[in-house]
Amino acid sequence: MSFYMAIKEVWRNKGRFFLFSLVIALITMLVLFIAGLAEGLATANREYLAKMDAELLVFQADAKLSTLTSRLGKDTLAQVRRVPGVLEVGAVGLSNGSLVFRNGLEDLDVSLIGVEPGKPGGAPALKGRNLRSTRAYEAVIDGRIARKSSLQVGDRITIKTVQGTEEKYFDLNVVGITDGRQYFFQPSVFVPIQVWDRIRPQPVAPGVDGEIAYNILAVRLRNPAEQALMAARLQSQVDEIEVVDLVTAYEASPGYSAQQGTLNTQRGFTLLIGILVIGGFFQIQTLQKVPNIGMLKAIGASNLTVGFAVVLQIIAVTFFGVLLGTLGTVLLSLALPADIPIQFTQTTLLAAMASLMLIGPLGGLVSVRLALKVEPLVALGLSS
Amino acid sequence: MENLVETKSVSKIYQTSDLVVKAVDGASIQVEAGEFVALVGPSGSGKTTMLAMLAALLTPTEGQVIIAGHDLSRMKEQERVRFRREQIGFTFQSNNLVPYLTVLENVELMLRLNRRYTKASRQRALDLLERLGLGDRLNNLPNQLSGGQKQRVAIARSLIHNPSLVLADEPTASLDTERAFQVVQIFSDLIHEQNKAGIMVTHDLRLCRYVDKVIQMQDGRVADVISDPLQIAILADAAVQEPLPVSIPVEAINYPAVSIPVYLETAKAALAEDQG
Repeated sequence: MSFYMAIKEVWRNKGRFFLFSLVIALITMLVLFIAGLAEGLATANREYLAKMDAELLVFQADAKLSTLTSRLGKDTLAQVRRVPGVLEVGAVGLSNGSLVFRNGLEDLDVSLIGVEPGKPGGAPALKGRNLRSTRAYEAVIDGRIARKSSLQVGDRITIKTVQGTEEKYFDLNVVGITDGRQYFFQPSVFVPIQVWDRIRPQPVAPGVDGEIAYNILAVRLRNPAEQALMAARLQSQVDEIEVVDLVTAYEASPGYSAQQGTLNTQRGFTLLIGILVIGGFFQIQTLQKVPNIGMLKAIGASNLTVGFAVVLQIIAVTFFGVLLGTLGTVLLSLALPADIPIQFTQTTLLAAMASLMLIGPLGGLVSVRLALKVEPLVALGLSS
Repeated sequence: MENLVETKSVSKIYQTSDLVVKAVDGASIQVEAGEFVALVGPSGSGKTTMLAMLAALLTPTEGQVIIAGHDLSRMKEQERVRFRREQIGFTFQSNNLVPYLTVLENVELMLRLNRRYTKASRQRALDLLERLGLGDRLNNLPNQLSGGQKQRVAIARSLIHNPSLVLADEPTASLDTERAFQVVQIFSDLIHEQNKAGIMVTHDLRLCRYVDKVIQMQDGRVADVISDPLQIAILADAAVQEPLPVSIPVEAINYPAVSIPVYLETAKAALAEDQG
């Protein structure tokens, strides 16, 4: 009965309910775009670390988990390798550079990542091959770079960095293309660690002999489930290091938490606005129907019938609005330029849609209560 | 005949911190099956409160309301909702119809609420609407109907589920005279044909020509009960002939300021003078 009443009312007032569904659709689009932006920005910030084939990362003790300030030497690398329970360790160097194109394309800022071939910290080539030698001038590039600049395996690329006060150019052979591995909002170029040490930006020109300094060490464990135990063991057996898991590492990235917090607050406020808008609409709608609801109760419709009809309407209108908004978002996102950091994952979409589906009934609670409180006596112009 | 509706010294008292109002004060009435009764009285006489108690919308403070053997005063809220749905047919003064349901759907509503919607009952709804002259309006929405048509749909809805008692609260208040007479006549005919008990609250004594009994309420009490058809006819005719003063409320036009017996005497004297 409630279903019959709810559907009849929506169907006979298609225009009004459609317009309201459009409002919900717009709120949906806003929520989804904020969610997509949060996901896109988070990915751009953490993608390399999040996808890393390691369980733990080792930082210099006083570096406050900053990859920029952390410095680790060969001794530390050797000590970490000797700790029982450690399977493999890869030294990683992180810096920035620019990819220079000869065909007139603008220079592209990239994260220049030095890795030990075959060790944790690198990126597997999906096309071509992985890095092999620690000294060869070759690179595995981020899939985003390949798509943007149409680079292929076998092409030569030029990396520009500043060493001392001079701009230096280094040619590298592209031996492989990996998937998306952004770090600090830039796509990555993976090079052998020795090559990285020569081509990375440096305050003085290279030539002075010195020990290579890595930024972090990527550690794979014999038993990946023992992360906490191994982190503690590493810290107790090796001096001057801080060991964390990958999530802790990327959450400690500069600005990451603040950025995600801001976006989540925006998303929360948009949902709150949604609750208020839906609540307001259905409350006005219910207020307009008070005489009608009174009449229905007077002729024998139960509170359950009347209340459930209101809930069903709210669910139907919210569902249609969310569906429309999701469709609109998907279509609009197809037309967005690739460099806008909006990314929709199945989890993000489903979580946002579920929260939007919840705000309808939540917003409509007041109107359901209002409908339940209507006295059948209003049909006779009386009140109790 | 056995009474289908009976109230026994029923009272309804409204109490606030500093005020006690006896809306109905020890009223006893009886209505038989197949009897159509007009509940009349000036504003504030307690007739709508009485109707609300008869409809199981209000519980009496004192006394008993018994309909078809059920004592409404002892029912719980859920039971009263069910009783209204199954045993009562209702026609209100306004806001009678669900605005987003068609004429046919509005009538079928009572069948659906009672889970009695079948092919046969649908056919009964169609026949009833045809009988009420609404056969060509089945798929119209209420906002496409005139006032009289809306009230006829409400009448059909109040009867379709075969209730014991049919109640009407000022069913002609928004209608012109011709339509008002038409609507009440249909109502009366159907109540008599289907052997229901019918109670209509009205200010308009002219409509009494279609009823079997007139119950006058005054200050919450039953002031008078007229069942003599001749007296009812005189009452209705006198109300029609009463010269209508200008610019006074509609209810005052159709309801005499004096009590029915005094009014009846005056009316009889006036008729005798005319005939003389």
